[in-house]
Amino acid sequence: MKRDMAPKAKGGLKKLASCVGRYKTPSVLAALLVACEVVFEVFIPLIMAQIVNVGMSEELTDSFTFELALGDMHQPVFTLHNRISFIVVCGAIMVVMALISLACGVLSGKFAAVASTGFASNLRQKLFYKVENFSFANLDHFNTASLVTRLTTDVTNIQNSYMMIVRTLVRAPFMLIMALCMAISISPDLSIIFGITLPLLIIGLLVGLKVAFPRFERMLHKYDDMNESTQENLIGIRAVKAFVREDNEIKRFKKVSETVQKLQFSAEKIIVIAFPFMQLLIYACILFIILFGGRDIINSGNGIKNAAGLTLGDLMAFLSYVMQIMMSLMMVAMIFMTIVMSRASMDRIVEVLDEKIDIEDAPDAEDVLPADGSIDFDNVDFSYSRNSDVLNLENIDLHIKSGETIGIIGGTGSAKTTLVQLIPRLYDVLDGSVKVGGVDVRRYKIDNLRAAIGMVLQKNVLFSGTIKENLMWGNPNATQEEIEHAAKAAQAHDFIMSFPKGYDSDLSQGGVNVSGGQKQRLCIARALLKHPKIMILDDSTSAVDTATDAAIRSGLKKEFGDTTVIIIAQRITSVQDADRIIVMNNGRISAIGNHQQLLETSEIYRDVYTSQQKGRSDDDNEGGKQEWQR
Amino acid sequence: MAKMKSNAHFGDNRYKAKSPVATFKRILGYLKDYKLQMVVSMFCIVANVVCNLAGTFMISIITNNYILPLSGFDPVKYPESLATLGSLHGLAALGGIVAIMASVYVVGALLHYVYNFLIVRITSKVLQAVRDEMFEKMQALPIRYFDSHTHGDIMSLFTNDTDTLRELLSNGIPNIITNVLTIVGMFIMMMVLSPLLTLISVVILVVMLFIAKYIAGKSGKHFVRQQRKIGELNGYIEEHLDGLKVVKVFCHEDAEKADFDRHNGELRQTSCKAHTYANILMPVMGNMSYLSYAATAIVGTIMAINTFGGMNWGNLVSFMQFSRQFSNPIAQMAQMVNGILMSLAGAERIFELLDQQPETDDGYVTLVNAEELADGTIRETEQYTGVWAWKHFHKADGTTTYTKWTGKVEFEDVTFGYVPEKTVLSHITMTAFPGQKVALVGSTGAGKTTITNLINRFYDINDGKIRYDNINITKINKADLRHSMAMVLQDTHLFTGTVADNIRFGKLDATDEEVVAAAKLANADYFISHLPNGYDTMLTGDGENLSQGQRQLLAIARAAVANPPVLILDEATSSIDTRTEKLIEKGMDSLMQGRTVFVIAHRLSTVRNADMILVLEHGQIIERGNHDQLIAKRGRYYQLYTGAFELD
Repeated sequence: MKRDMAPKAKGGLKKLASCVGRYKTPSVLAALLVACEVVFEVFIPLIMAQIVNVGMSEELTDSFTFELALGDMHQPVFTLHNRISFIVVCGAIMVVMALISLACGVLSGKFAAVASTGFASNLRQKLFYKVENFSFANLDHFNTASLVTRLTTDVTNIQNSYMMIVRTLVRAPFMLIMALCMAISISPDLSIIFGITLPLLIIGLLVGLKVAFPRFERMLHKYDDMNESTQENLIGIRAVKAFVREDNEIKRFKKVSETVQKLQFSAEKIIVIAFPFMQLLIYACILFIILFGGRDIINSGNGIKNAAGLTLGDLMAFLSYVMQIMMSLMMVAMIFMTIVMSRASMDRIVEVLDEKIDIEDAPDAEDVLPADGSIDFDNVDFSYSRNSDVLNLENIDLHIKSGETIGIIGGTGSAKTTLVQLIPRLYDVLDGSVKVGGVDVRRYKIDNLRAAIGMVLQKNVLFSGTIKENLMWGNPNATQEEIEHAAKAAQAHDFIMSFPKGYDSDLSQGGVNVSGGQKQRLCIARALLKHPKIMILDDSTSAVDTATDAAIRSGLKKEFGDTTVIIIAQRITSVQDADRIIVMNNGRISAIGNHQQLLETSEIYRDVYTSQQKGRSDDDNEGGKQEWQR
Repeated sequence: MAKMKSNAHFGDNRYKAKSPVATFKRILGYLKDYKLQMVVSMFCIVANVVCNLAGTFMISIITNNYILPLSGFDPVKYPESLATLGSLHGLAALGGIVAIMASVYVVGALLHYVYNFLIVRITSKVLQAVRDEMFEKMQALPIRYFDSHTHGDIMSLFTNDTDTLRELLSNGIPNIITNVLTIVGMFIMMMVLSPLLTLISVVILVVMLFIAKYIAGKSGKHFVRQQRKIGELNGYIEEHLDGLKVVKVFCHEDAEKADFDRHNGELRQTSCKAHTYANILMPVMGNMSYLSYAATAIVGTIMAINTFGGMNWGNLVSFMQFSRQFSNPIAQMAQMVNGILMSLAGAERIFELLDQQPETDDGYVTLVNAEELADGTIRETEQYTGVWAWKHFHKADGTTTYTKWTGKVEFEDVTFGYVPEKTVLSHITMTAFPGQKVALVGSTGAGKTTITNLINRFYDINDGKIRYDNINITKINKADLRHSMAMVLQDTHLFTGTVADNIRFGKLDATDEEVVAAAKLANADYFISHLPNGYDTMLTGDGENLSQGQRQLLAIARAAVANPPVLILDEATSSIDTRTEKLIEKGMDSLMQGRTVFVIAHRLSTVRNADMILVLEHGQIIERGNHDQLIAKRGRYYQLYTGAFELD
């Protein structure tokens, strides 16, 4: 797992932010409501101060005024003539405020949940859509497991950070400012303390983060290594056991595990200073306020209701604000922490979103279907790395007539699959052109081109669902007859009918088990349902016995005679009755011809043939041969 | 294989501990080695809480005994002698008490640091111990365990579950202690300050707790549902991304997107509910505490005015501080409950792994270097001789005998099933003589691989006997048994390290020359020398930069360097095309030379020259003989060979 912290955050944030979409309103509401909550939270200590001040006032006046003070300005709000009723009214105001604040808090929590889960779902959707639009080349960049992690774990990390941001990004600074204003309004002199402690706290936190982060980075990196080696061991447990390597592996693991422990400790011991440090600063504030606030109260003499001096109620409110200010700063620090922590996830997601999709419809693509199943390769060069020095296919010139049956044979890595993947434009050529129905594949709309081509990949996949659902991928509107027709041609009908539920058999886990050969036949039937003009079978009958293999080929010929068929195979028998056979070697066409011609002209073909025939040719019984021909 | 790899079965019980108390006790057991440090940190936690409480309490003393008297407030009610000291002395006295308070606070913060430091250290050490223990256990477990647990599940023990355990140790436990102590301490202080006001706080608190419990319960329920939906969605994503190339070929993207949207929408809904409840917990608790604050403020002020119940202004100020903070530890605990239960469930799963029965090995017959004397007797020797013998100590008469190591393998009426109710192999009897090549042929599930897994005791048989050089394999030390045979498996797994390291996996002390010779034998030397750094090329991620065929060649080299008398090749050349296979055939032949070899292969051309071919069907040997005999027999092998019968 890559954990470098390349600062490409800005563009990334923008990309992610675009996923907020229609959840902008709940996001803003959540932030605003949280701000309301803060307002009430900040006012409550102020009311408390009024209560205490009035309660302590000894002047036997009969008017008690609730005032809002800002610096030297005093704004009377209401006046009552009974001390007790004043207190009760103030208390009632507090209760009402707490209830409103509660409502705001609950609603904000609700909106934050709606916003963050909605955001996550949009992000996941955007990622999935993007990946769905990936070309084969794009898909080769990412392995499936890492894509799954990005769509799940990484999105969840981002969702949590987003929620955190919505809930505290407004709250913390707002509370900081509000509480600071309140404190200054109570006593500008005492507020001087914040001028000292706040910068200290900020500097302390920044230094702490700066020292701790590289350490966390190192730790996480090693941690990934450790998990990777664990996974390796888990997957290769049979190899470990077969070679009695347990002790050796344990020794290796313990070494890494110890390093992880050391790094973890070295990172966390920095973090653990933070909390006591903050505690100390809060205490310093409290002490300062009690000392100098106390002095002010004392010096004002009996100045409980003295406008110029500090009162006990004020002192209490001031102490509350100290807590609020310090807490909000800690929250800001935590937001930074979360954002930085989730940056790795963000980078991984943005990497997917930024992936350039290299195969798309040309803007002037014509909306037509290929006219027939003819295929022309004109001097095609191809490279997976798009580098003309490392060609995977070189100078391919090949012309296939509509309705022809072509076999392709060649060793591992001879680029057989590469060759056929250019036909439905799964990859683009580097040089030259591939034409289907006489038109360059890049001139078609991709959907039109691929609709005309049935392709059975080497790596076959069926999906959860019934057999019928899987087959209907080929044609969503297929009737039962059409489905059976295709299944029969692919020699799949009989075994499908042998399942209790026939075409409705479930292929999910716990459903029916199909063997490798049966699966291949289902995949062929699925592709046939398209009624393609070109049918490509990429080693698609390797697990099918030779008799069935032959039956499939004759079924294709009989029922889909107009279709151009291209068969890649390891077995000579699968291709020997093709109109033409192409022998591939190291990305080049080594020979073309029919079976007999190739036996005479192509050494490679002959080699392959004898390596497979050796066993049979010296069988001393002729019966075997006859059986074989049948 | 249309398998839906769903994690849905994690379901509910994944997030609930079955016996939290026992699990918790067992976790504490890991702290045994750190007794002194634990005692010190516990002391620090307690002392820190006391310091904090004392600090807040001192506010009341300072108010009552210093500020109010010194300011001349109501000398009747606050008749402290200090009032008479005059303001200068008074201020000095105020400074003095503030200094005391400061020292209390400083001590508190220091204590906080000390225990945090210790706890973090202990946690990282305990985690290391748990990880090491888990890994050791994993290595010791029988293969059977890995059949019934997915890699994902086991990996999650190493990652998620240890992570939550770290949370529990470094945050959970200290926080519980701090919070409980704080609650108790505050309660006592509040009682001292004013029993009546405390009563009001407690009543509101109880209401708060009920509400918290309700919300936490709701949220927990929805979180479990969310988890299930995540499992479903992950399963969907995994399956469909895995088959994405098929999707592209069929232009099925739009249908996929619609399907995904449905899953995604469902997840959003449950997840939204779960987070809503989780989110409202704190505001509800926080604002309820304001209600408590308001109530105590009104009643407290009225009491102070009337000096009812011994209430005075200093006490009220202190009490208000406590009352404001009282709900914090409680809200924190409410928030932590779900997390703690989750950690305990994780710890329980870790312990479940640790409690697994390890692979047992009561074999006492060992493999030793030996020399063969002129008269044919075998003698143990210290030096490497190239000759090995089984050292067999007989308890009955106290003698030790030596049997020459030749590689003869015998099955006598062996019956086996992975699970008791399903027999996979029944009544298998066969003998592979030293130097013979035995081929196992049959369709998937016929039991071919199972036979090879019994020879090296990946599984123990239910009935019958397997003998190795005429010794029952249950008597042979497992490590020696496995050392004496090499396996090349169908799926080649490579480990992070250099190419040479991976070949050396077969024999740790192999020299560079031996490694190269083995690679040459397997025809791997050519492609290895074309890698960027030759034999020193680093392989990562299970050798992802190598083709399947190249990986198999490496695996063959790995077996070659081990140089054992028994070789098991399980589809060892399945990913190598027939031409390359022909090229390495010579190497394979010389590798098999003089060894007892078990071969499983799809391509019958690979097994043609075997001395004995066993055709398996449904766990039974239905045909046996060499190629010519079986062809002449016109039975199943004949059908397979001529392609009239499907094999997969």
